[in-house]
Amino acid sequence: MSALEARSLAYHAQDRPLVKDASFALEPGTLTVLIGPNGAGKTTLLRLALGLLAPDSGEALIGGEKAHVLSPRDRARRAAYLPQQRPLVWPQPVRDIVALGRFAYGASPARLSPADAQAVDDAIAACGLGGFEKRAADTLSGGEMSRVHLARALAAQAPLLVADEPVAALDPRYQHEVMRIFERATRAGTAVLTVVHDLPLAARYANRLLWMKEGRIIADGSPAETLTPERLAAVFGVEAEVTPRASDGADVRIIGPSAG
Amino acid sequence: MKPRVSLLLSLALGAALIASLLLGSVPLSLARVLAALAGGGSEGDSLVVWQIRLPRALAAAAVGAALGMSGAALQGLLRNPLAEPGILGVSASAALFASFVLYFGLATIGPLVLPLAAVAGALVATALVAAAALWTRSVVTLILIGVGLSSFAAALMALLMNLAPNPFSLADMVNWMLGTVDNRSFADLAFAAPFLIIGMAILFAGRKGLAALALGEETAEGLGLDLKRQRLGVILGAGLATGAAVALAGAIGFVGIVAPHLVRPFLRYDPARLLVPSCLLGALLLVLADIGVRLVPTESELKLGVVASLIGAPVFIWIAAQRRLA
Repeated sequence: MSALEARSLAYHAQDRPLVKDASFALEPGTLTVLIGPNGAGKTTLLRLALGLLAPDSGEALIGGEKAHVLSPRDRARRAAYLPQQRPLVWPQPVRDIVALGRFAYGASPARLSPADAQAVDDAIAACGLGGFEKRAADTLSGGEMSRVHLARALAAQAPLLVADEPVAALDPRYQHEVMRIFERATRAGTAVLTVVHDLPLAARYANRLLWMKEGRIIADGSPAETLTPERLAAVFGVEAEVTPRASDGADVRIIGPSAG
Repeated sequence: MKPRVSLLLSLALGAALIASLLLGSVPLSLARVLAALAGGGSEGDSLVVWQIRLPRALAAAAVGAALGMSGAALQGLLRNPLAEPGILGVSASAALFASFVLYFGLATIGPLVLPLAAVAGALVATALVAAAALWTRSVVTLILIGVGLSSFAAALMALLMNLAPNPFSLADMVNWMLGTVDNRSFADLAFAAPFLIIGMAILFAGRKGLAALALGEETAEGLGLDLKRQRLGVILGAGLATGAAVALAGAIGFVGIVAPHLVRPFLRYDPARLLVPSCLLGALLLVLADIGVRLVPTESELKLGVVASLIGAPVFIWIAAQRRLA
């Protein structure tokens, strides 16, 4: 059974189609990176696939269940979601923010069962936030805050993790750290779907790339199969060199915008 | 931490309520007040304590509790520390309906007409905002609709005052707008109680969802929060509780903003744990303010709403200037 399956999802807003006939299925234990230029409809596709947005047509299945039939809580237990926008209003301590990841289990930061507390501690350790537990959110750097949000998503321990641009504010070291956290999660059987704009990073860690352009999924496969200079030029408008790696994946070097 | 904060506030509230029973035109000692409370004491003492002072003190506490809890819940829902029950236009609409009743002299029909009108006004505003909440997903839009509703109600109220047929109606309306718990009876309390209790119970039931909203609405939905239900619950609960508060005391501002802010740092800024302490502190603040209006030696007694605003507005500005997260 697929962890997440999208069947011909379509969505439009104000007469403008944002997602057109998008289908894919994610298997447990795989890291899938959704790539595409700004405005390609990546975030909309994630929201449709999670059942947070009702599609015009098509349907999404999370763990085999139709997303729009699941109650918000059941859906949250099957799929953890880390959105791109994460505005925080109160200067809460780090551990309390991570603890919100247990919301679907009826927990609140003030009241965690031993299992909830264990999940929170594990997530804090996985994101290298040991020692930050009591720090107030407004004393953290942007990168530290990103890891807090990631820890919040991991604390749910859901079989599916969907993360929208989780490495956007991070320095190179933590970009790799986050991708390794995802790798470890996939080894434990989690299906990870994430949007990453850094193509070399995506090519290095992804088991599979979903290419999106103008609302459509135009290619779907391993980095070795789908990463070509021609496709990079067609989708992103960049000139690039692609070197297949001996083991798996590929090395990408972006030279610059393609001519013309 | 929470039990300690709530316990301290409860003790302080109890002490303030007893202190408030000691004040009035007839000097009564603590011993005589306690005796009257316990059912003993002279008939006169009993009358003063049970018919005049206790209803007044309890009304101040009930109004403060409703406004404090509504403020905490609305701030959690709208993710805005400057929100208050008035922001959704509920207070203004309640006051408008009350003014309307006064304008046409309908208040003389029966003692319950005025409070009923206030609750009806609050519920109308609540229903309008609830409909808007289902229609829009944006909190900013929701706040703007509330502000528009509030301004419109204030404009209609100004129109009523402008057209007031005689100085007595005008004075009645002004009294209502200033807010007071003077001369409240147990009958007034009994009428407001169901709305107050149901409203606050709805807010309390939705407290965990407020915690999820700390990370934004999109994350909250991802966490498994039913956003529509949460919004409806908070708006309905705050509408009922605020309507009951306006029915009891007229328009009293700032309690709903100030109380949650003062307790927030002691609760690790957790919007869920904020509700009960905000409710207790709101009650404490208004009981203290009502003691204050009776201690200040002015020709005519100061109105509770005036004192609440005189203290609350500067505190509000101070809070706004101290905000840590944009």
